[in-house]
Amino acid sequence: MRPRHLRLEAVIDIDSTTTLADGIRRTVIEQSKRANVGHIGSALSIADILAALYGGVLELPAAGPRRDRLVLSKGHASLALYAALELTGRLPSGTTGTYCTDGTLLGVHPERDLDGVDFCTGSLGHGLPIAVGAALAARLDASPRRVFVVMSDAELNEGSVWEAVMFAAHHRLANLVVILDLNGQQAMGYTEDVLDLGAPAQRWEAFGWEVHELDGHDTSAMRATIRDLDFANGAPHLIIAHTTFGKGVSFMQNVIDWHYLPMTDEQYGQALSELRDAAV
Amino acid sequence: MRDDFVAELAELAAADERVVLLTGDLGYLVLDVFSNRFPERFFNVGVAEQNMVGIATGLAEAGYVPFVYSIATFATMRPYEFVRNGPVLHNLPVRIVGVGGGFDYGHNGITHFALEDYALMRAQPGLTVVAPADSAQARAAVQATRELEGPIYFRIAKQGTPVPGLNGRFAPGRAELIGDGADVALIAIGSVAGEAQRAAEMLAEEGVGATVAVVSTFNPSPVEDLAELLGGVTLAISVETHYLNGGLGSLVAETIAERGLGCRLIRAGVDATPRGLAGSQRFLEDRFGLSAQRLAATVQAALDTATA
Repeated sequence: MRPRHLRLEAVIDIDSTTTLADGIRRTVIEQSKRANVGHIGSALSIADILAALYGGVLELPAAGPRRDRLVLSKGHASLALYAALELTGRLPSGTTGTYCTDGTLLGVHPERDLDGVDFCTGSLGHGLPIAVGAALAARLDASPRRVFVVMSDAELNEGSVWEAVMFAAHHRLANLVVILDLNGQQAMGYTEDVLDLGAPAQRWEAFGWEVHELDGHDTSAMRATIRDLDFANGAPHLIIAHTTFGKGVSFMQNVIDWHYLPMTDEQYGQALSELRDAAV
Repeated sequence: MRDDFVAELAELAAADERVVLLTGDLGYLVLDVFSNRFPERFFNVGVAEQNMVGIATGLAEAGYVPFVYSIATFATMRPYEFVRNGPVLHNLPVRIVGVGGGFDYGHNGITHFALEDYALMRAQPGLTVVAPADSAQARAAVQATRELEGPIYFRIAKQGTPVPGLNGRFAPGRAELIGDGADVALIAIGSVAGEAQRAAEMLAEEGVGATVAVVSTFNPSPVEDLAELLGGVTLAISVETHYLNGGLGSLVAETIAERGLGCRLIRAGVDATPRGLAGSQRFLEDRFGLSAQRLAATVQAALDTATA
């Protein structure tokens, strides 16, 4: 049965990032069930991060060149991005209902042809180098626009990330903010078992970045931290967002399966029920 | 050719403030003509080709025209996926400059030979491949492609000795013809076109009439010009410092097959991995049948077989 797509934007007050996050989670669950696809846990992991960004952080005055750029480097969590774009009115209502349908612009990984998406992502390790170029362009333009990158922790396995980390630090790209979704999981296991990331804060600090750590599900803390960053001078910024993979759905939280698996009807019912209870 | 290309690039930058130059820590002294004049638009990104192409993608999305510079093999193969998922998928004006294709870095050994760059880059729809035959054509190509919206790969040779009769002619999607002999067509790309032209002169002395077609671009590829040329000869030889598959020889073979032409094709190129074969460019090109003498001998042998 095709679940009804709730038109949540009518009830979302985008000043309320908590409500926006709830809406993103609801859309992720509904549309991934309808499309019968996975990557659910990864999308839930960044719902609060995107809610903070789209709930007041990003400066997006129309689609002009002066807008802030957002690179969703962990492209496999695109459904959360589509939900944020739809719930904040940047995509028409109902757009996420085309997620993973034939001929859609809303694939599992985002494409630039979709309004609100600046860059095609999905190949891990690609997003940060692009973002560094975008930040460098803003500097050359003497523009106050900023570049935000949402990365997965497993993405740090990619060598190209560290090429970009070095360049950004060397050139003091203060207009660049990486938000690291530190949920401790990757496709086939926990990061500490696959390639231990050690202490990411110390690593990035050693590379010359300014590092902040916070609860990645605390949208207020995220907004406050970003508000206080110096985007004009100094080092590029890393915000380590400690997150829970699958956040909001108890049976998904910290369970590797939910990187790939779609939900059964029963699981879907339970997930929706939990989200509904949490939102009340 | 390399020096002329960079000099022309500096002229381009003087006329177009969107032009920026990134290098993967290569081009010592060679790039001074640009970096001294436009230090604020020059970035040595370090030995990091993936990041370099990623940065160029971000710059191009914001309206810049970034040139990324490295040795051809490093400029193409290391960041290949970044090229595809970046400038190709986004249709952005990133210019990838691969210096020293083929055996230009002969003494440096196999890690420095670019023998599959045409095949790799021409496989990407919308990625224009430009391989000038000499310095004059390289300069013309820089100017002729300046407004191209999508990405370009330039294979730039170290040497740019003029190819007699070419006179700097360059047009994307066209083959520039030298001579009008009807016995054989020598179809060449890149600086080895000079060897093809000399082979044609040697053949002329033996009474064999040759037409040399200098191909300088893929995507657009000069299919119409080639079809017309190939329709008028019984023997063609493709000439490229590249593996046999996927490059110019393949383009010519595709043209012959798809147009139903009856022309015989010999593909001159590198037929095996040149392992353990460092040496001068001249030595290596001769070794793989790409010197003027060996090209002429190949043509002569094929014609002798045909008439025997």
